[in-house]
Amino acid sequence: MHAIVEKPLLRISTAGSVDDGKSTLIGRLLYDSKSVWEDHLEEVNRSRVNRASHGPDLSLLTDGLRAEREQGITIDVAYRYFGTPRRKFIVADTPGHEQYTRNMATGASTADVAILLVDARKGILPQTVRHATIAWLLGVRNFAFAINKMDLEGFRQEVFLRIQKQAGGLLATLDAAEADFFPISALDGDNVVEASKRTPWYTGPSLLDWLENVDAGPAADAPFRMAVQLVIRPHLDFRGYAGQIASGVIRPGDAVRVQPKGTPARVKRIVSFDGDLDAAWAPMSITLELDREIDASRGDWIVAAGSTPQSARRLKTTLVWMNEEPAREGTAYLLQHGTRVTPVRLARISERLDAATQTQVPATELRLNDIGLAELETADPLSFDLYRENRATGGFILIDRISNLTMAAGLIESSLEDEHQAGSLSESERAALFGHRPCLVDLSARPELAAALERLLLLRHSHVLVLEDAAIPTDFLLAAGLLVISTAPRPEAGINASELAGDPAGAISELLEALQLAGVFGIDGDYFQGEGI
Amino acid sequence: MAHPTLPHLRHIEAEAIHILRETAAQFRKPVLLYSIGKDSSVLVHLARKAFFPGKIPFPLLHIDTTYEYPEMIEFRDRFTKEIGVELRVYTNRAAVEAGANPYDLGTAKCCHLLRTRALVEGLKEGGYDAAIGGGRRDEERSRAKERVFSFRDREGQWDPRNQRPELWNLYNGRVDAGESIRVFPISNWTESDVWRYIEEEKIPLVPLYFAEPRQVVVRGDTLIPLETNVKLLPGETPVMETCRMRSLGCTPCSGAIRSDARTPGEILDELAVFRRSERENRVIDHDQEGSMELKKREGYF
Repeated sequence: MHAIVEKPLLRISTAGSVDDGKSTLIGRLLYDSKSVWEDHLEEVNRSRVNRASHGPDLSLLTDGLRAEREQGITIDVAYRYFGTPRRKFIVADTPGHEQYTRNMATGASTADVAILLVDARKGILPQTVRHATIAWLLGVRNFAFAINKMDLEGFRQEVFLRIQKQAGGLLATLDAAEADFFPISALDGDNVVEASKRTPWYTGPSLLDWLENVDAGPAADAPFRMAVQLVIRPHLDFRGYAGQIASGVIRPGDAVRVQPKGTPARVKRIVSFDGDLDAAWAPMSITLELDREIDASRGDWIVAAGSTPQSARRLKTTLVWMNEEPAREGTAYLLQHGTRVTPVRLARISERLDAATQTQVPATELRLNDIGLAELETADPLSFDLYRENRATGGFILIDRISNLTMAAGLIESSLEDEHQAGSLSESERAALFGHRPCLVDLSARPELAAALERLLLLRHSHVLVLEDAAIPTDFLLAAGLLVISTAPRPEAGINASELAGDPAGAISELLEALQLAGVFGIDGDYFQGEGI
Repeated sequence: MAHPTLPHLRHIEAEAIHILRETAAQFRKPVLLYSIGKDSSVLVHLARKAFFPGKIPFPLLHIDTTYEYPEMIEFRDRFTKEIGVELRVYTNRAAVEAGANPYDLGTAKCCHLLRTRALVEGLKEGGYDAAIGGGRRDEERSRAKERVFSFRDREGQWDPRNQRPELWNLYNGRVDAGESIRVFPISNWTESDVWRYIEEEKIPLVPLYFAEPRQVVVRGDTLIPLETNVKLLPGETPVMETCRMRSLGCTPCSGAIRSDARTPGEILDELAVFRRSERENRVIDHDQEGSMELKKREGYF
């Protein structure tokens, strides 16, 4: 019997403000789950730096580099490993400072869940909002709010409830986000691994219990996608396409297409060192033999024939800028997407996201740690899915052609193909480009919800307008494809606020559900998936 | 239609194979650094899987300090011949001829000459632009921040403050002439993952990893097996102990631990109750606080 049995891996990213005890929490999880070696702990005890008032400074277990130990901050992404009999965990421990947004995005890019540290004395801070927003943008949908330093607030329930309520406002802006809340003391260990006797009013699981049981990770029903890494040709009679399955499942006999050309073929064999396989699925690394000789090579995608990705050279993207050299319109870079590297031109930067206030501001330049919307034109056409539908086929990096440095992480938001084609836009074409259909929402019964709904829709790059004046006609706005929120009564509205839940978060999610039911977002997939439709 | 999840060990296996294939595809002249230890034995096994039914498309490079256990060299020559992979060996001849040894130089200097310098020179001499190693992030604190594709400048040096961001499974291996990338396919593996994989895949290992009675000297908390290059210090007398190596290094500088574990399964059981890291028995890592980080900056693996 071995202490650790095989369970699906869970990747965690941690984010928090400076001094809210993130490194201490990770140190605590490692220490209490007995995943830290005694000699490493002794080294920590011998260290010249100790910021803990009593006991070992557990943050030193994770703050690895000298500069960090001396400055007392985490400056890079550190990966930590721990396991319990139920599950194995990889923690991407990322910095709290605004200037390390790039590291946070890096940690979140592969994370299944995010732990958000909140100092019980301070509540939800702009930094918390920033971290949650960035993790959400990068595709994280499961959040654990660790309300830390509860010992300094006497483990009072009202402190916990107040912060939980505060977080509700933030969560309402993060579509499909699910959250749980934990009253903890990372320093003393309350509710981290074991339930605390000091919080009798809290009956939920400890943070570790939650991590062991949470159901998160990439969708298991996404269509088959695999980037060809290399062609294995040991002799003339064998040609195998080697790659790691990005999503979906594949079996011998399945019909596939090789993108971007769209060449059809069928899978003949799934070849492996341990013998041929009857089926393979994400994230396995496999070698496919196809039933016919086709021209496929590194950079191509092999995809399910029944569900092919989009193809385009002009893309609307979100960029997380990661280099001191700012992003400027007109600059050429290399774009790496899957296994394809292609020259790309940054055609236009339209806006920058202030993640801490969740507002978009016009911009023509992106600096280190900025997040913004940009239009790109690639030399070769890309085969892709939208990032929000498939992380593996919707994400890319930009590389500087001279320095070879990774300049940015990119998320594909939509295709911009055909935008400049002659002729007037049809209603459906406009809806496809906007990502939504027009709709009039009458919030006259609940005008206080207008700003929150507008912010939420803008965050998803919807085209939305709030009208207060009942005299302004709406027909031309709807013809232009806009979502119109009216705080004045509009009897002709498709959706109204007359029967919404009393609490704002509940009311907002009911409105989203109504928009969904009205088909407003039925354009490019399940926009509000997980909302209980 | 939904598919099953992948067990943890198969997940990190798939990730490692992906990284090995990226290395073969992105670089002109990669090499796999083969230390004969358990981690590089796992790497070689993963490489066989990655390129099957083809052969491993790059050579193995062993940095021979000349202080290796004879069983290691024996195993190396037999195993590489068996699986039909090209083996290259590099030694810092100048230092060996000048008599480099840990007793006169101290472990830090000796290690610098025979491992770090030898590695940097060996890579330069071979003109390799990528060197694949078995480093794991859980081994030591400064390794926790190492990238999977870790950039080295023309001097083979690592700058922890200036690393390329690594997102998703997209690895940027672009380098100019003279620069190189160190590649760590099993970055996300822990020591118990390595042993479990060795057990499941029946990967052959040097017998030193398994317990048997051996002649040793007790030096501090460490057992040093008596080999040709090991000198007795004043007051030391050899004793018989049933022990095994947790991590392989040079004969004078790597210690064994008392253990009865004779199979990977028994080692896993032992690890479940262990509370001390495997590198502790490497005398070389304890010269000063943060010493691994200093070595890595200079080019050590």
